[in-house]
Amino acid sequence: MSVERPGDELARADQPVVEAVNITKRFGSTLALDDAGIVVRRGETHALVGRNGAGKSTLVSILTGLQAADNGAVAFDGRPAPPLGDRDAWRRRVACVYQKSTIIGTLTVAENLFLNRHARGPGGLIRWSRLRREAEQLLAEWSVEVDVRQPASTLSVEQRQFVEIARALSFGARFIILDEPTAQLDGAGINRLFARIRQLRAQGVTFLFISHHLQEIYEICDQVTVFRDARHIVTAPVARLSRPALVGAMTGEDVTMPEADHRPLVGDAPVLLSVRDLVTTSGAELSLETRAGEVVGIAGGGGSGKVEVAEAIVGLARPVGGTVVVDGRTLRPGSVPDALDAGVGLVPQDRHREGLVPLLSIAENVTMTVPGRIGRRGLISPARRDALARDTIADLAIKASGPQVPVADLSGGNQQKVVMGRALASDPKLLVLITPTAGVDVRSKQTLLGVVEEVRRRGTSVLVVSDELDDLRICDRVLVMFQGRLVREMPHGWSDNELVAAMEGVDLHHV
Amino acid sequence: MSETLSTTRSAATPPASAPGASSRSLAIARLRDLALVPAIVAVAIVGSIVSPVFLSTDNIINVLQSMSEIAIVVLAQTIVLITGKMDLSLESTFGLAPGIAAWLVVDPALTRGLGLDLLPDAWSVPVVLLVGALVGAFNGLLIVRFGLNGFIVTLGMLIVLRGLLTGISGGQTFFMLPDSMTYLGSATWVGVPASIWLSLLLFAAGIVVLGYTRAGRALYAIGGNADAARAAGIRTDRVLWMALIVASVLAALAGLLISGRLAAVPSAQGSGAIFQVFAAAVIGGVSLNGGKGSVFGAFTGVLLLFMIINVLTLAGVPAQWTNFLNGTVILVALVVSRITGGKAQT
Repeated sequence: MSVERPGDELARADQPVVEAVNITKRFGSTLALDDAGIVVRRGETHALVGRNGAGKSTLVSILTGLQAADNGAVAFDGRPAPPLGDRDAWRRRVACVYQKSTIIGTLTVAENLFLNRHARGPGGLIRWSRLRREAEQLLAEWSVEVDVRQPASTLSVEQRQFVEIARALSFGARFIILDEPTAQLDGAGINRLFARIRQLRAQGVTFLFISHHLQEIYEICDQVTVFRDARHIVTAPVARLSRPALVGAMTGEDVTMPEADHRPLVGDAPVLLSVRDLVTTSGAELSLETRAGEVVGIAGGGGSGKVEVAEAIVGLARPVGGTVVVDGRTLRPGSVPDALDAGVGLVPQDRHREGLVPLLSIAENVTMTVPGRIGRRGLISPARRDALARDTIADLAIKASGPQVPVADLSGGNQQKVVMGRALASDPKLLVLITPTAGVDVRSKQTLLGVVEEVRRRGTSVLVVSDELDDLRICDRVLVMFQGRLVREMPHGWSDNELVAAMEGVDLHHV
Repeated sequence: MSETLSTTRSAATPPASAPGASSRSLAIARLRDLALVPAIVAVAIVGSIVSPVFLSTDNIINVLQSMSEIAIVVLAQTIVLITGKMDLSLESTFGLAPGIAAWLVVDPALTRGLGLDLLPDAWSVPVVLLVGALVGAFNGLLIVRFGLNGFIVTLGMLIVLRGLLTGISGGQTFFMLPDSMTYLGSATWVGVPASIWLSLLLFAAGIVVLGYTRAGRALYAIGGNADAARAAGIRTDRVLWMALIVASVLAALAGLLISGRLAAVPSAQGSGAIFQVFAAAVIGGVSLNGGKGSVFGAFTGVLLLFMIINVLTLAGVPAQWTNFLNGTVILVALVVSRITGGKAQT
């Protein structure tokens, strides 16, 4: 690593720390970045925002040299980026602190800081005392107060981030990308992280800050760049971009999706689900009631607690307090069998983790929750199982040659239909859908959301837990959660901006 | 690998005083290495009560010699475990390596048809080590290169290598070994058997390599978080491969020592020993999940195990009960180390 010369520093002072222009990147048929770019100037804290799939992560992997752009150029300090293979050169220019930790919990903090570049003495032996001293100096220089001798597994999330930032700085990089650093932090932790960012900025470190929380951007950033649909939309000083304008740039007012049919609300329908004072282990709280035939959305960003609440309702997670009553029957907390028994159907958040057994057939996956319906005297009847599965395949338009096809061979959209089919196999009174259209194509999305319309006509009550506007458009009303609390209830007919703003914790009427 | 950091750091702003942090966590970390020492002292006290012979020099040397060969295999297993893998085949390498050497050098005229007499006697030791290296390299090929499951690969190798030894020996015992093969296992240096010196030396080397070299620390990094290790520039595949080869060579050397001590290579040499090896390593604080444990800890694990066995022998426990007691000792030692170590064994 070359030690920077002062003259060098002066000559480059007015060059942007990083400049990416006309970047295009394709993955197969999808265009991840379309002639997009970003310019980050020295010493600023620059926000990069955009909804899921806007191209943020792709840009980050190109800026950190993990992937090559198909087209376009990246320059650091006015000079072209080093070749992709030269990891050390990249590490001297830019570092990224990802949500996924690159700290090794079983080793000490000191060793993590100097992994594979330990201080060595005669005979190539590691000099632990010098290594610890260097680690202490490094952390002291950036005012990170952590005992370098403790195992890294004892660090809190924010301490871990500080250590990763310090390690990145020790390679010589003065440009750091923070990828949703606040996602796993609580309020106090976020404040400490921001204090640290301000302090490092005063020491000449430049940040690119990626977050879904707009109020954080107004709090910490100087400039903001908005990406939407793989394109660069706008770059402006944060102070000169109002919140509605920012939300508008993110959602793109011109893009409106078709809406599901709507019929008058069933006012006197019986209450099917009643959730009272539910408190999850993460501290999220919710009370709500839904009626037969009603579709209720629970919206919120990451960390809003919407998923935790839903998982507590269906018994996937054990709540700390509160009761869930389905059609007059109080569910045993944290018991999935009891919830199934009471007539709850579930589409879990992550179909790969909780939704499917990939090597088993469609038939086996669909009927997994209803052994009683396909068996006699404890033995499963394959004929009945396949018949039930064929119905599901037809109802949900699953593209497969038959019920025996392993789920692993299906596309993402069809896999999600199998998960939906399983939730419906028990003819549920309450259907809970957690991010039901995540990662599925438009056609499957239509089918899946159309199914909701159908089951609600049969008198089923549906909970849609999502931050996708298309999912929420089919709801009679949407409950918006923010940081574990219910902040707004929006009747059908909300505008995109209003809902997105509410999910980001911004009140448009008070800006 | 950047040798650079220290220069940049010292060129930067003068360091603030080191955080006056609690040295408690450090003390605890150090103590974890010594967790078994109280147990070892306790067993020594019980032993000296059971029999006055226990603390005599002869008995101590006896304990150290009886454990020296297995201890080296424990060292080998510790290296592999720290990377997050395991090598079951070490117990078969322990028998096969000296078996092949004996097969190649022993004269069939003297041993009723056993052996080939293909190589001069002097080749026996290099052959032992070479067989170890080849077995380790083959394990590495299957596990590292082809990405097969290490547990099943080495389980297969355990059976294959044992079968190979049984095949070449016809299930019999090689004897009439050349002096070059028996020397290390039977020689005495400065009044102490050479195998004790060797095992202690190897453990000392293990402590230095795993604690004080980048290659050694790479083992911990890989076992703790292979992706992070790769991101830090460690050539994880190469390190894993080397760890497997070194482990097999150590097991072969240990096999040579016991063959030398007994002046024979039975076809069952080392059979079943792997359980004791795993037990000693885990008792000594080495994690089966990788990334945790120390060579010194592993040494205290073997020592505790063999001291307890020795005390039982001195107490006159009948030989028929040895297996039952061996198993019990392992369980008791686990409980003892759980209590003194304070952490759940993973």
